[in-house]
Amino acid sequence: MSVVLVDAGGTNIGSVRYALQRLGVDAALTADAATIRAADKVILPGVGAAGPGMARLRELDLVELLRSLNQPVLGVCLGMQLLCAHSEEGNTECLGLIPVPVRRFAETPGLRVPHMGWNRLSAKQAHPLLAGLGDDEQAYFVHSYAVSVSDWTLATSDYGEAFSAVIARDNYYGMQFHPERSAAVGAKLLKNFLEL
Amino acid sequence: MLSRRIIPCLDVRAGKVVKGVRFRDHVVMGEIVDLALRYRDEGADELVFYDITASPEGRSVDRTWVEKVARVIDIPFCVAGGIRSVDEARAVLYAGADKISVNSPALERLGLIDELAAAFGVQCVVVGIDSLCDADGEWRVRQYTGDPAKTQVLPRRTLDWMAEAQQRGAGEIVLNCMGSDGVRRGYDLEQLAAARAVCHVPLIASGGAGELEHFRDVFIDADVDGALAASVFHSGAIAIPQLKHYLRGQGVAVRL
Repeated sequence: MSVVLVDAGGTNIGSVRYALQRLGVDAALTADAATIRAADKVILPGVGAAGPGMARLRELDLVELLRSLNQPVLGVCLGMQLLCAHSEEGNTECLGLIPVPVRRFAETPGLRVPHMGWNRLSAKQAHPLLAGLGDDEQAYFVHSYAVSVSDWTLATSDYGEAFSAVIARDNYYGMQFHPERSAAVGAKLLKNFLEL
Repeated sequence: MLSRRIIPCLDVRAGKVVKGVRFRDHVVMGEIVDLALRYRDEGADELVFYDITASPEGRSVDRTWVEKVARVIDIPFCVAGGIRSVDEARAVLYAGADKISVNSPALERLGLIDELAAAFGVQCVVVGIDSLCDADGEWRVRQYTGDPAKTQVLPRRTLDWMAEAQQRGAGEIVLNCMGSDGVRRGYDLEQLAAARAVCHVPLIASGGAGELEHFRDVFIDADVDGALAASVFHSGAIAIPQLKHYLRGQGVAVRL
């Protein structure tokens, strides 16, 4: 199986690559359209801000390519947000593959932003991506913007309000947390993605 | 609900994990990767590595072990030690660290925090603050604490620096209360509660953990997001699974 990591400049690319290696998969790091199109699985990692993230995809001429893929595509953290319609972060038009907005966590007393740390995943729909996920399992989140809950939400987490932790539409999937840094839970969900 | 984080701190010196008392007299505790794996297996939520002599020696953190840790560890980790520029930070983040922490170099050049936040986002930028209560009762910042001979007492008040660091782009603050460090009599709850009041990003307590109750107190009384400790974990005096079960029993949200 060929897995590619889209090299959009996120600093977590190395960590995602190592996580895949721990699952026995050697993922290529690439920004080459033909290589991405030919892959069995595509992962769009990302740490940083939405505006520069989209700018980088446009610079690499990957926007239309990413919109036209048929194989399973997984966006991680910012990568998931880029799959959505629009982000409040820098008022950024995103890829529009999953028609939901990305909003900043509301200012709430006692709620620190960024949302940083381990939080519980609650499955909302049965889905192969969530196979084996238990009731009290937590994943590692680091983000200030979140994807609203919608029909495409597979799992939520709570931070002041419920937000989407895992989303899916057609062949596009997103994880707001960092599976590469979420211990056994993260490895399980990454493995589920590889087996889709 | 967000879990409170338990964070073993690994002070690194010459490629080994060391621990001192009140930041002095370092003893070798073990190999970096071995200890990292042990804590990961025990359920640590995050690890912090401080290359404690990098800043006093005027060099950046040694990246070879960062990459080794990143390959084997599947929990987040933060690296600190003499990071003075965006390029040095990028190298550490690309080697696999999730966050970088700056302390003395941010005091040398305040704009470093702004530059790091602009380059990587605030979520990657941790500001470590070493603080001690002076004779006049004010908490003030210390610089270059990795080497007692080079440690500087700054006129800057700890809480002022904390406010400024956030304004410049700190996504998390680690407050090292030096008066409590290594003596295991509990976290400095008074200072941490005062810090909490001005800290709107995640706040991590450091210095003083000795008993299970110290962790409960710092989470409940000072409302910190994470508690960092070294010697109680290195020595085995407190096992992380035992600590987390105790905390959950005390009503503190933790990851088990």
